[in-house]
Amino acid sequence: MTSSTLIFVVLFLALFSYWYGIQRSIKVAGGATQVKKLVSLPRQFGLLTAMWCGLPALIFLLVWTFFESTVIEALLVQSLSVEVQQLDQSALGLYLNDVRLLSDSSAEVLQKADPDKVFAAEKLLEINRDAAWLKSGLVLILCLSCVAFIISRFAVDFRARVYLEKIIMRVLLACSIIAILTTVGIVMSVLFESIQFFSSVPPWEFLFGLEWSPQMALRADQVGSSGAFGAVPLFAGTILITIIAMCMAVPVGLMTAIYLSQYASERLRSYAKPMLEVLAGIPTVVYGFFAALTVAPFIRDTGEALGLSVASESALAAGLVMGVMIIPFVSSLSDDAINAVPTALKEGSLGMGATQSETIKQVLLPAALPGIVGAFLLAVSRAVGETMIVVMAAGMAANLTANPLDSVTTVTVQIVKLLTGDQEFNTPKTLAAFALGLMLFVTTLALNVAALKVVRKYREQYD
Amino acid sequence: MSDSTQKVINSLKKRHRKEKVFRAAGATAIGFGFLLVFLLITDIITKATPAFKQNWIAIEVDFQPDLLGIDGLDLTRLPKGDYRTVLRSAIFEMMPEVSGRRDKRSLFGLISSSAEFEIRNHLVANPADLGKKVTVWVKVDDDVDSYLKDDVVVGEPGIRISEKQATWIKKWVDSELIESRWNSEFFSLGDSREPESAGVKGALTGTFYTMLVTLVLSFPLGVAAALYLEEFAPKNRWTDFIEVNINNLAAVPSIVFGLLGLAVIINIFGLPRSTPLVGGIVLTLMTLPTIIIASRASIKAVPPSIREAAMGLGASRMQVAFSHVLPLAMPGIITGTIIGMAQALGETAPLLMIGMVAFIVDVPGGITDPATVMPVQIYLWADSPERAFVAKTSAAILVLLGFLLIMNSFAAFMRKKFEKRW
Amino acid sequence: MSDLSITEALTSDDIVIEGTVGTTTAEDAKMSMRNVNVFYGDKQAIKNVSLDLARNQVTALIGPSGCGKSTFLRCLNRMNDTIPICRVEGELKLEEQDIYAKKLDPVLLRARVGMVFQKPNPFPKSIYDNVAYGPRIHGLAANRAELDEIVVSSLQKAGLFGEVKDRLDAPGTGLSGGQQQRLCIARTIAVSPEVILMDEPASALDPIATAVIEELIDELKEKYTIAIVTHSMQQAARVSQATAYFHMGHLVEMGKTEQIFTNPTHELTENYITGRFG
Repeated sequence: MTSSTLIFVVLFLALFSYWYGIQRSIKVAGGATQVKKLVSLPRQFGLLTAMWCGLPALIFLLVWTFFESTVIEALLVQSLSVEVQQLDQSALGLYLNDVRLLSDSSAEVLQKADPDKVFAAEKLLEINRDAAWLKSGLVLILCLSCVAFIISRFAVDFRARVYLEKIIMRVLLACSIIAILTTVGIVMSVLFESIQFFSSVPPWEFLFGLEWSPQMALRADQVGSSGAFGAVPLFAGTILITIIAMCMAVPVGLMTAIYLSQYASERLRSYAKPMLEVLAGIPTVVYGFFAALTVAPFIRDTGEALGLSVASESALAAGLVMGVMIIPFVSSLSDDAINAVPTALKEGSLGMGATQSETIKQVLLPAALPGIVGAFLLAVSRAVGETMIVVMAAGMAANLTANPLDSVTTVTVQIVKLLTGDQEFNTPKTLAAFALGLMLFVTTLALNVAALKVVRKYREQYD
Repeated sequence: MSDSTQKVINSLKKRHRKEKVFRAAGATAIGFGFLLVFLLITDIITKATPAFKQNWIAIEVDFQPDLLGIDGLDLTRLPKGDYRTVLRSAIFEMMPEVSGRRDKRSLFGLISSSAEFEIRNHLVANPADLGKKVTVWVKVDDDVDSYLKDDVVVGEPGIRISEKQATWIKKWVDSELIESRWNSEFFSLGDSREPESAGVKGALTGTFYTMLVTLVLSFPLGVAAALYLEEFAPKNRWTDFIEVNINNLAAVPSIVFGLLGLAVIINIFGLPRSTPLVGGIVLTLMTLPTIIIASRASIKAVPPSIREAAMGLGASRMQVAFSHVLPLAMPGIITGTIIGMAQALGETAPLLMIGMVAFIVDVPGGITDPATVMPVQIYLWADSPERAFVAKTSAAILVLLGFLLIMNSFAAFMRKKFEKRW
Repeated sequence: MSDLSITEALTSDDIVIEGTVGTTTAEDAKMSMRNVNVFYGDKQAIKNVSLDLARNQVTALIGPSGCGKSTFLRCLNRMNDTIPICRVEGELKLEEQDIYAKKLDPVLLRARVGMVFQKPNPFPKSIYDNVAYGPRIHGLAANRAELDEIVVSSLQKAGLFGEVKDRLDAPGTGLSGGQQQRLCIARTIAVSPEVILMDEPASALDPIATAVIEELIDELKEKYTIAIVTHSMQQAARVSQATAYFHMGHLVEMGKTEQIFTNPTHELTENYITGRFG
């Protein structure tokens, strides 16, 4: 049985157990009229039985699915010839890939293939078949034995509700732990691959090297096989585009927030809020398309008309469009910060005869500054981590330049470039992507933590 | 009038001017926002319009069995005929003035490469036409299509039509052989390298499966986590740690989730690459914080009096949570989920990492089939050099924006309808 | 004073308010208001109130919560302009100048009619910058020395200078409540207003700080015309020369403070000052 069929079978069994648990509890009580004798409701008995039937089996199935392919691979390799077992990692991967393809192929293909591999493919099918049987058998046994166990404990004074609630509580707790598991998963995945990467490329070269050309030769003995992994041009490119984006987003976003909260009529606000929501809701890939096909050519043509040489994938185009994307973000966070300033301060200033703008500039904004700084940091973090706009509108070549009209590349662009279309793993090239990912994660995390700290301090000030 | 009053009066003019400038700056910022939305939308709509039309050409096809290379009696062999030759001879017959190998090739290039399948499908559907001469409508090549739709002249950059080809096309147009039709195939075909045969059905189906996985996983997980944190979790450092984690995850760049998917879900757990299953899991991890945060806010908004009332009637905390708090918090939770799903629907970067960027022609049939999703399809098409793909991309964007608009309006509607119920 | 519904039950049914009792006009009026009506949307908050603020006197506006005394005060320097739904009708004059005239600049008006609020609201700036704020925006000081002089003299007038002279750079928010309120008064004085409006300036302060403020108000009346809203009758009796009693948007009675407190004419006023409600 496939996993999905098995899941349905387990769910069906659980449903059945629910009914069965109810029947058993009634029987334990001594008939439908005696149900009141039970400490818990029959429904609770039923639910408990269903939980015992379904949960262990599903957890088992989950664990099995996650480890199935690794275990099967190990078993397969063990059953193969010594030469195969001694292949290095990537060669073995390729070999196994062939075997996997063969195991899916028709008889015609099999006739032409390498007999060793055909043998392996047959072996694989065999292991798969056995594994499927084993899995189905174990799951069903687990279901039935768990149900049998819990039913055996049924009694009049069996506190089904308490046990049921305990189980539910565990399930809820497990769900909330997923957030932690995700974080751990992210840290582990980028950290391990990065450590592997840094064993072949020294960290200082990665952090301070000025040249980035990750194109590796396919075979180790070819000339120039080492590639260059100096990430400074990427950092510089990311910073350049981020600065451009901030130059766009901060003034516009902040002024929008100020105008909406201090000047705008209710009517204008009712139009402007949805407008900002639209800007915020547009997928980044759409912004990327807009940047690459509309803004970049426009900037290039304008630049050429002015006699400037502009790259067709200029940092300016990507940065400006990224700025547009971030406007609503900056504006909504600044709006929160400005609104958190007590009205008393505003009235105090106005009451002394300050004009609206004097009040805003000299009282409201300084008072809201921590909140606005927090917003700024979060916006920077967004810009640094933004991928699609730069992938589509910024360049691929790692130029170390501060000229916004030139083409630069960013950390996220390189991650995408290194990891798409490339099936092999564990080469310095793909590992470099994880090292970049680590940098990205650490940077954005630091920015977020700093921003939250600033904002929290600010909240305390006025609470 | 006192001295200081005079000073204030002296300062007034300048200050009011500054006030006006400041106010104008604010108004400009908002105006700029409106302008941008307007530009973006009109730009995309203008670019997308051509994609909803497709030019077809009428060709007199002579279904000769010997030309087809099939036995006229055995109808089962119909699909295996040599339709390419039939098509070629039909086209050359239509344009007798074209001679020479190069010219003939460039003439043949004006017809979509899908044309031979179209005439095959025609014959398979109408076996009675075998041996007859019939008019069959086939698509023109995308270069011709763009040339006809866009108001351009030969020689402009991006126009891949020669002078000679242009005269042939003009002849077709003049003799009314060309017809522009509603491009329903855009919604019924999968991806293709040929713009005229590329549609969004594959991507839409992939999106559907991916969203399905995301919803099925993220909704229960998110609600359960929120319920635990809000109703049951003891206030200790462990709970704080979970909270900090959730808040930080909400701000982690999406591409990092892609790295997680690649390194853990694909490489360690060995789930199949490029599939909605993996895509859905990655998007679940990405949207969970959004859903949890929104659900917690909604649960928190349920007044304690309701909990106290239910507890006073002897319900356990669990019963209170599930039968009183949760139903009351549901509208807010659903709103949060929709917003999270809308986020996931527009997400591209993490899916590139897990291989959903592969070129896939077939419409996926399940969550473990290789698939792509709308945003990735947009990315792929935007990267294609053919002029016609610009229109296709914009049209796909419109479809995507349409879905997002529906989801967000629904969320806004829910929020409005259920806000301040107590 | 907290329970308005009891107030209404006690008074509105059996006692009719017909116009204002007592003397509402002053011989030397700094500000004079006639037939003022204020609306919040459909709700009328001030009903046909007329009164004068006498020059270099303290006029106390008293009355139960929600009687409209604060609203009335805020009309005098057009602070109600910041509330979109608020509408003011009637004739309000600052020395013959209609303060609601179209061509009148509220900025100038507020420079001449300063305001001190209920809760001390120093700006999140240094003590010096708090006081210098007004002179700076209005361009009252030509140079730093002049500004220093204004700041020092304002702090002196507010009786705060001695306490803060060696920490003028410290944030104003770090002062105690009473000091903060005196800082706010210093800030208002620094603009050299002609009238100072005080909206329950001591209600958030402890008795000692309140006493200091009251003493200060008494000194300030030498140079400024002051209107003070308070719901402490003792305070009104101590600091003011004239008292106006507001009730549910009406000005019920106005007159010399001694007369109001010793021999009130109107029954409502009597009820209020004898503590029967409010």
